[in-house]
This record gives sequence, structure tokens and C-alpha cells, in this order.
Amino acid sequence: MGKMNIVQAVQEALRLEMERDGDVVVLGEDVGRDGGVFRVTEGLFERFGPERVIDTPLSEIGIVGAAVGMAAYGIKPVVEIQFMGFIYAGLEQIFSHASRIRSRSRGRFTCPLVVRAPYGIGIKAPELHSESSEAFFCHMPGVKVVVPSTPYNAKGLLTSAIRDPNPVVFLEPARLYRSIKGEVPDGEYSIPLGKASVYQEGVDFTVVAWGTMLHRAADAAEGFDCEIIDLMTLKPFDEETVLGSVKKTGRLVVVHEATMNLGLGAEVAALAAGEAIEYLKGPVIRVAGPEAVVPMARLEDDYMPGVERIKRAYEKVMRY
Amino acid sequence: MRQKIKPVEAALAAAGALNVVEMYKKALTIRYFEEKVDWLFGRGKLGGTTHLCIGQEAVPVGVASALRADDYMVSTHRGHGHLIAKGGEPARIFAELLGKSEGYCKGRGGTQHLCVMGLNFLGTNGITGGGIPIATGAGLSIKLSGDDRVAVCFFGEGASNQGTFHESLNMASVWKLPVVYVCENNMYAMSTRFARISASDDVAARAGAYGIEAAIVDGMDALKVAELAGKVVGRVRAGGGPALIEAKTYRFCGHSKSDPRTYRTREEEEMWKGKDPIKRLAAAAAEFIPGSEIEGIKRGVLAMIEDAYDAAEKGSDSSTDAALDGVYAKREDIVPQGNIQSA
Ligand SMILES: Cc1ncc(C[n+]2csc(CCOP(=O)(O)OP(=O)(O)O)c2C)c(N)n1
Repeated sequence: MGKMNIVQAVQEALRLEMERDGDVVVLGEDVGRDGGVFRVTEGLFERFGPERVIDTPLSEIGIVGAAVGMAAYGIKPVVEIQFMGFIYAGLEQIFSHASRIRSRSRGRFTCPLVVRAPYGIGIKAPELHSESSEAFFCHMPGVKVVVPSTPYNAKGLLTSAIRDPNPVVFLEPARLYRSIKGEVPDGEYSIPLGKASVYQEGVDFTVVAWGTMLHRAADAAEGFDCEIIDLMTLKPFDEETVLGSVKKTGRLVVVHEATMNLGLGAEVAALAAGEAIEYLKGPVIRVAGPEAVVPMARLEDDYMPGVERIKRAYEKVMRY
Repeated sequence: MRQKIKPVEAALAAAGALNVVEMYKKALTIRYFEEKVDWLFGRGKLGGTTHLCIGQEAVPVGVASALRADDYMVSTHRGHGHLIAKGGEPARIFAELLGKSEGYCKGRGGTQHLCVMGLNFLGTNGITGGGIPIATGAGLSIKLSGDDRVAVCFFGEGASNQGTFHESLNMASVWKLPVVYVCENNMYAMSTRFARISASDDVAARAGAYGIEAAIVDGMDALKVAELAGKVVGRVRAGGGPALIEAKTYRFCGHSKSDPRTYRTREEEEMWKGKDPIKRLAAAAAEFIPGSEIEGIKRGVLAMIEDAYDAAEKGSDSSTDAALDGVYAKREDIVPQGNIQSA
């Protein structure tokens, strides 16, 4: 056991999986000698060489597309995209091909591909360096979406993502990269995809969050007796854990950084409405980003759901 | 007063002198602006990240010398120099970087999302290669309006590996668009040396595949860039179809705010610093004006940059309300750019 941050935890998962499985290959812009924008792949080039840690040209559609072809033919590529906002050209290959290879080939091909990207507000740059468009990927049948929130689950979830036979989009909250440290066991371990974790138990209401917002939701919970669920896998998400908690507490708040409109919060709310409406004491409340591009750093705190806003949502849900 | 010009060249020089001195001032403005930005980052007065063009000033200055105010310019993530060369006011760019409402984009865009419609500056760009098709479309809009403007598109050699580059060059060639593609080849995309990830040494070679005429120029020499740009822009303006200029240049600083520059040697950096475009321009200007005047220009530009920053800092902070509205336009917001002339 040792304390590490999320950068180190992700790096360790990559290293251990590359040691365990010779088919795991890392590729992306500046991931080799440079170690990547956030230094996540630092040391891998020296350890595994240029055939397994591949510096690519600047070409997101080319990188993701090449990874799809590699994955379909036996390699397990782990692609790094420098920021989530740069993924959109690669989206074409994820949506049009990676996600469909399994069903298109009538079950003959797999596409064990991981696309990693830092995501969300975190480096104090507006717009494309602060995107949280996880819902786009969740909308696509055939793609899994994972967001870690701690060093411990970052390592375990990435390990599962690499071993998963499907395309997985693995979004690392940039704001948390080096800002939190936690105990991480030595050696390999995995946390299953599709399973949420109960971050904090409670009885009065249920809070569903992930990534950066999990920590804000927890900070806002002081003085409340609420149950906080860290979704971790956003697609497919753990309906059983969410429903079990909602049936117990009878109230639900969903918190996410992304724009509210058609965000994942809508899906969680619809689940509660569809499967547990008789348990609900009041409306489901969503705390989310406004319908606008992420502004300059000085205004970030107004844009992003903050502890105060989340608290108000908690107070509101408790009025029912 | 020192006058070095030989009598036979006097007439020519009289015409050129103004240009050379003006170009020197522009290049110096860019250099001092960028140095101030670097300083501000170092002191935590600016957040996020920024990409400086220190060392590359000759390219925007040389290219812009061949442009008219109504020509379009599309920029990159390393775009402060492009905007200043197109006529951008340092105070308003500082204001933008500081998130002030006096900024060109009301303090909402910052360094990588800066556009100035009044200067026909269609924007810096956070997406590498993202501006190339936009410039191509600007070229098509010029063609449809039937006038003789041109669109200039800056991009790095790294961006020439994006599909957008290849798709755009093909379209521009097929449609004979008035677009000048200007590659600022500083050899490195972040840490990646072009030679390591490219099948051809020069970006110019790629243009040939699309039937586009391309020329390579010493991007550390503003006068050479200006001379070439003058010819190329003239030809494109006259309806000759698109062209590509590859300027071989070098960024003296790191890629962005935090860059240990382990991918290149200090010797290589020193070699390129020996070709400092500002020093070369100063030497060229010294052919026309005395050394004391050169010193005066330096002091003047430096003072102007300091004043610009002070003015920007006193501006009003942009507000959240302003940031949250303005996502959609209203019908009456559409500005007609030109009337399509039907044949
Ligand atoms: C689509 C996309 N991918 C990656 C990046 C990150 N990035 C910003 S600048 C840059 C290098 C660009 O190199 P080049 O085009 O040569 O321009 P230079 O930085 O050398 O001026 C990279 C990889 C980005 N902004 N957008």
C-alpha cells in the first residue's frame, strides 16, 4: 500500500497491464519520451520501447481509427487523447466503427479498445480544454464509459477497462489528477465495470455523482444524512445500486458538471421515475452545468456546480 | 545621421524604408507582448495555458505586409502574433487574456478562442488544424461574392498531419479558391519532431499532391517572407487559385507554459537564436535609420506594451451573465458579408 495521486494510479495500471499482457499497446500524441501532457505515460516508453508506446502524428481520427483496426485484429490499444475536447474528430471512428464492430460482425469480432482522456474543468482554460461531454458517449450502443474519482478506483477501473472486450471511453477528471491522494494497493487488482460504489451511507436522500462532482457532493453533505453513490461506470450504469438506494431513501439528487440538458442526470432521473416512482417523496433534482460553453477561469466557479448550489439542492429535496 | 543607402538604390529604398521600419515595429510589438504574457504567467496573473510565438515573429509580420485590411486571416493556438500583425490592439488582447469585458471577445474566449470580426480575423483556434477548413470556407465565400480579397490560413507543421489539412487543400485546389496556406514549420508539435512522424521532410511537398503551388522560405527573415508573400498573395488575388508558403522557423520558448524541452538540445536552440528575426529586422532597419532611432523605437514599443497592459488591467471583469448568454444568435444578428454575384 502506498499513497498516490490519480496520475500515478493510472500510470501504474497501464504499467502492470502492459507487463501482464504483451498485447497491450499505448498510443497517442507525445505519449512516448515526453510522457504525455499530464505525464501519465511517463516512464512507459523507457520500460516497453517504441513498439508498445507509440508516438503518433497529430491526427485524432487517424489515431482512434488505427486503434480500432488494431483492436479488431488482436491488439489491445490504449489511446491517449490530450484533452477530451480534442476527441471529436476521433468520435467518428468510435461511433461509426468501434461501437458497431461487434454487432456488425454478428459476434465474430471484438474491439477491446480503451480511449483515455482528461476531462472536465481543471486547468483553468475555457471551452475545449474543459469539456465534459460524457453523455455523447453514453448515448452510443456498444461503448462503455468510465469515470474514476479516486486513485484507488482509477487503478482498478482502468485495469478492468483494458481487459474488457468492448470499446471503453475512460475519462480522467483533470481537476483531480494531482489534487487528491489516496491509498492504492500494490500489484494488480480490478474493479468491475458496471458497478457503482456507495461512497457514503445515509438514509434521508440519495445523491448520484461521479468524478470531480463526487467530491463536491460529499463536501456539501455535511450536516445531512444522505447516501452518496459514486457511479464510476456511466455506461452501462449500475441501476440496481441506484434503485436500491432510492427505494431506501425516497429522494434523489443527481450532480454533474456537464450541461443539464440531456445530461446523464436525465437518464438517472428517468430510471427513478420509471422503476421507483412509488417510493419517491418528491421530485428528482438535478444540479448541473448551464447551457453554455465553459467560460474563462475566473468564472468557472459560477459555471460549475459548487458546494453552495449542491447544498441548496439538498435542502430543497428535504422539503418533501 | 547615418545614411548607408547607395545612391542608385535610393529611390527603391525610400519606398522600402517605411515598410522595413514598420515591420520592425510590428515584430517588436509581438515580441514584447509575448514576453509580457510570459512574465504574467510566471507571476500567476494569468491562468490556464498559453502558446507564445517568440522566435516566429517574422512570419506573421512578413505575411501581413502583403495583406489588405479586408483580407481574412485564420489563426492557430499560437495566435497573438497573427492578430497583432493583422492590426489587433495589444490592450484589447491583454484584456481578453485577463477575462475583461473590454477584450475582443468580452473576456470569454481567452488566448485560444480570440476572434475580431472588425479586423477580418476569424480566430485563434484550440483545435490543431481546426482553422484550415474554416479558412477554406472563407475563401469560398470570397469567391462566391466575386471580389478580390484573399484568405490567409496559418497552421503549424504538426497540423498538416490532420485530415482537415488534406481535405481542405483538395477542395481549395478543385474550386480554385483565393486561399494562401501558410505553414509555420517550427519543427516540433509539442514534443514531436516533424521528421519522426512525417513521411515527407517538407510540408510544401504535400501541396504538390493537390496541384497547389508551394514555396519554402526562411521564416526567420521577415523581409524574405514579405517578398515571397507579396508575390504569392498577388497571384492568388488575381485569381490564380490557392498557394502554400512553408516558413521554416523556430519557437524560442517551450510549447506552452510548462515544457521542460527535453526533446531538443540547448545547442540547437542557441543555433536558432542566432537567427533571431528581431535582430535581423533591426539590422535591416539600421540601413535606413540611425541607431539612436532604433533604440527609441525599442523604448517606445516597450512603453506602449506596458501601457496597454496597465489599461487592460484596469478594465471591468467580464460577468457570468455575459458568459452564459450569447450562446445562440438572433435572426437579426446575421451580418451579410457580401452579396453572391450570380453569373
Ligand atoms: C485536435 C487537437 N489535438 C491536440 C491538441 C493539443 N496540441 C495543441 S498545440 C499542439 C501541437 C501543434 O503543433 P503545430 O501544429 O506544429 O503548431 P505549433 O505548436 O508548433 O505552433 C498540440 C498537440 C489540440 N489543441 N487539438
